[in-house]
Amino acid sequence: MKNANWLGYIVFFALLAATPLLLDRYWVDVLNSVGLYLILALSLNIILGYAGMFHMGHAAFYAIGAYTTAIINTRYGIPVLWALPASGIAASLFALIVARPIIHLRGDYLLIVTIGMVEIVRIALINDVFGMTGGANGIFGISRPEIFGFRITQPIHFFYLIWFFAALTVLLFSLLENSRFGRALKYLKEDEVAAEGSGIHTARYKLAAFVLGAGWAGMCGTLFATKMTIISPESFNFWESVQLFMIVILGGSGSIPGVILGAFLVMGLPELFRDFANARLLIFGLALMVMMIVRPQGLLPARPRKYNLDSIRELS
Amino acid sequence: MGLWSLMEQFFQQLTNGLAVGGIYALIALGYTMVYGVLKLINFAHGDLFTIGAYLGLTLLTSLALNDYVGGFLGLFILAVMVMGLVGIIGILLERTAYRPLRQSPRLSAVVSALGASIFFQNAIMLIYGAKFYVYPQDLLPVVPINIFGLSIPLMRIIILLASVVMMIALYLFVQKTKIGTAIRAAAIDQGAARLMGIDVNFVIMIVFFIGPALGGAAGLMVGVYYGQINFTMGWIYGLKAFTAAILGGIGNIPGAMVGGLLLGVIEALGAAYISIAWKDAIAFFVLILILIVRPTGLLGERVAEKI
Amino acid sequence: MSILRLDHLNKRFGGLVAVDRVSFSMEEGSVVGLIGPNGAGKTTVFNLITGNYQPDGGDVFFQGQSIRAKPTHQIVALGIARTFQTIRLFQNMTVLENVLAGCHCRMRTGLFGSLFHTLGQRLEEQQALRQSMDALAFVGLESSADQLAKNLSYGNQRLLEIARALATQPRLLILDEPAGGMNEQETQELIGLIAKMGQQGLSILLIEHDMKLVMMACDYLVVIEYGRKIAEGTPVEIQTNPKVIEAYLGADNDDGI
Repeated sequence: MKNANWLGYIVFFALLAATPLLLDRYWVDVLNSVGLYLILALSLNIILGYAGMFHMGHAAFYAIGAYTTAIINTRYGIPVLWALPASGIAASLFALIVARPIIHLRGDYLLIVTIGMVEIVRIALINDVFGMTGGANGIFGISRPEIFGFRITQPIHFFYLIWFFAALTVLLFSLLENSRFGRALKYLKEDEVAAEGSGIHTARYKLAAFVLGAGWAGMCGTLFATKMTIISPESFNFWESVQLFMIVILGGSGSIPGVILGAFLVMGLPELFRDFANARLLIFGLALMVMMIVRPQGLLPARPRKYNLDSIRELS
Repeated sequence: MGLWSLMEQFFQQLTNGLAVGGIYALIALGYTMVYGVLKLINFAHGDLFTIGAYLGLTLLTSLALNDYVGGFLGLFILAVMVMGLVGIIGILLERTAYRPLRQSPRLSAVVSALGASIFFQNAIMLIYGAKFYVYPQDLLPVVPINIFGLSIPLMRIIILLASVVMMIALYLFVQKTKIGTAIRAAAIDQGAARLMGIDVNFVIMIVFFIGPALGGAAGLMVGVYYGQINFTMGWIYGLKAFTAAILGGIGNIPGAMVGGLLLGVIEALGAAYISIAWKDAIAFFVLILILIVRPTGLLGERVAEKI
Repeated sequence: MSILRLDHLNKRFGGLVAVDRVSFSMEEGSVVGLIGPNGAGKTTVFNLITGNYQPDGGDVFFQGQSIRAKPTHQIVALGIARTFQTIRLFQNMTVLENVLAGCHCRMRTGLFGSLFHTLGQRLEEQQALRQSMDALAFVGLESSADQLAKNLSYGNQRLLEIARALATQPRLLILDEPAGGMNEQETQELIGLIAKMGQQGLSILLIEHDMKLVMMACDYLVVIEYGRKIAEGTPVEIQTNPKVIEAYLGADNDDGI
């Protein structure tokens, strides 16, 4: 049954790879945002979906990654793709410091604190901390990525860069889900006391989920910075976090296919109904309320993992 | 600068902080009462506050109350109307978004509350537009009041007095009346309260009337005090008021009052003496600090989790 | 050498003294029952041993080493596993995955191995799956491996908790009312299971209200009332101890003895 999932992903990404041939620039750009938000939402899914921690400050990690790239690229001329790991590490380190004192907080308290965190980061960026973030105007002139001498500039180039990264994320996180690490996160979501009582270092895994999710969001920040070439604090406000949160919750928390669907719904669907663009968030707000009543587990919920029992029996 | 002017600046900031703190406290009461009974952070509460501000403006301009009755009486009637309307919206919110989730995991209701918040905020935006609205400035005569040689705007005193009066009234209501006793009982143990013949649904309805009504009053106050309102103002005020509720100990009614006033003063003094640019971040630092150091708040009690 | 020793263990909740200077020790390989009327503080003693609560005074020694102030997961890794009075399974996960949770502390794969499914990760995973199936077979739940934990009967959920605890490869197993909610036949099977675990050299400390089970399964009993130890001894000694009889009859307890 796992094979069916892999087959589904392969077909999905193969079909997607062909779409730029049929679409104009505008729609390719829409798919680029969908891809970017998919990667971000998958990284949030580690924290919110698997580990079940109500975290609504993901834009903060994304911002730190984007600003790290912008600063080291514009100030020191380091190519943006070389800034990718540095941005991931910067966001991870930030998560390590800020998450440690707050991870023990209960669900709704954690939610509020992470909202506070993303606001503090935004206010700090506006106030030009360390004199490096450019204040409210942000940073401009971030260079385009270059791969083996090929300069990525067009939306269609970015399409393949972003969706390659997205596919890689889907692959790695699917593997993660079915491993000791991924299972540990799911145990602590189900019942923290039982997880600790089964010998799982719950505090460490909570922190690890934050560090991993933040690092991934930080790298996503690099992609965003180089795609836009200009970044400012307003790109990372509370609503970005809310949208990511909605992608995961509406799609199905802890479910990679669910998050993919969620990303297309939340980021892509409004583009189809541009006449109602203003009502977009109104409808999503309503959708959150209705979903909690009729389908709280999301549109494509996570299914319990089935193991191949016969092969295990043969071995024992 | 002389000592007197330093002192004067300090007291101006202090009274300003107390007035804003009174507003925070009124909003915080809504969070704390709902949390007390349902153990739910009503994320939409901040937006009910915004609705109060917008309804106040609409009623003010459409009814032109000031033309018929004097400034004070006009404001009073307006406040009563706003509180009643926002209270009814609160009851409707509970009926539609929270009641069906009473038996669901706690966090489902939190997500629903978040959805309601997004819904209200964007509904206001669609109805009124995204621009800033300005309250009429001639509601009351602009006469500074002199207290001990300190000149304080009349509106500031009214705001502070009105919030304190409402808080005292609420406190007496909860402590002295039969319904208040039922609210306290339901907050301690809903099941036991039900067995004692208390209609818990009625209690929740009352709580969802009073909380939003106070929030709506706070919205009106912000309108008349600052003169400017916007559809997004609810979430920042909401977060700050929530901080106030946590600061005082969530679920604790006197705690919300103390927490609100304290936060208002901290913020006003912090903005004046530390940095105005970081003004909005001060509340969040307080929030994070209090949750790390003493998550039960100043007046809250520690409870051991049962395993 | 004793496997577990409690030394004047103390715990207060506000003004209430839940556990009042309780001391006892249990021998390696023995099955010890901790009994007493409802609210006597039995589960609190368990929570103090497993690190779920921090004691206000006294100490706990496991295999001669103090485990006071150690976090729960470390205590599990040292070799103490437990079940819960109110069943705490991972309800929405499969029976097999519940047992795999117990294997966690004996596995080594980190983030890198988990992300890339290295060879070492795959071998370890196979081994854990095998051990989990063995633990399930031991408690007789092998055929339910694929079901969701929440779909098991009450009695089988208790057995699953035992299997999960066994998967941690404990030296000492702590069972909090293992027969709670079980019918007559399931209780009989549980007694057999406890005996089987005892034969394998596992030390067992249990709380149980079913006195038939306690008398049949335990080698030694410790009785507490109002947080204080009032007696200890073999089941026969305890049955005739006047203090114990008074505690149970005086408390008007319907558990019987």
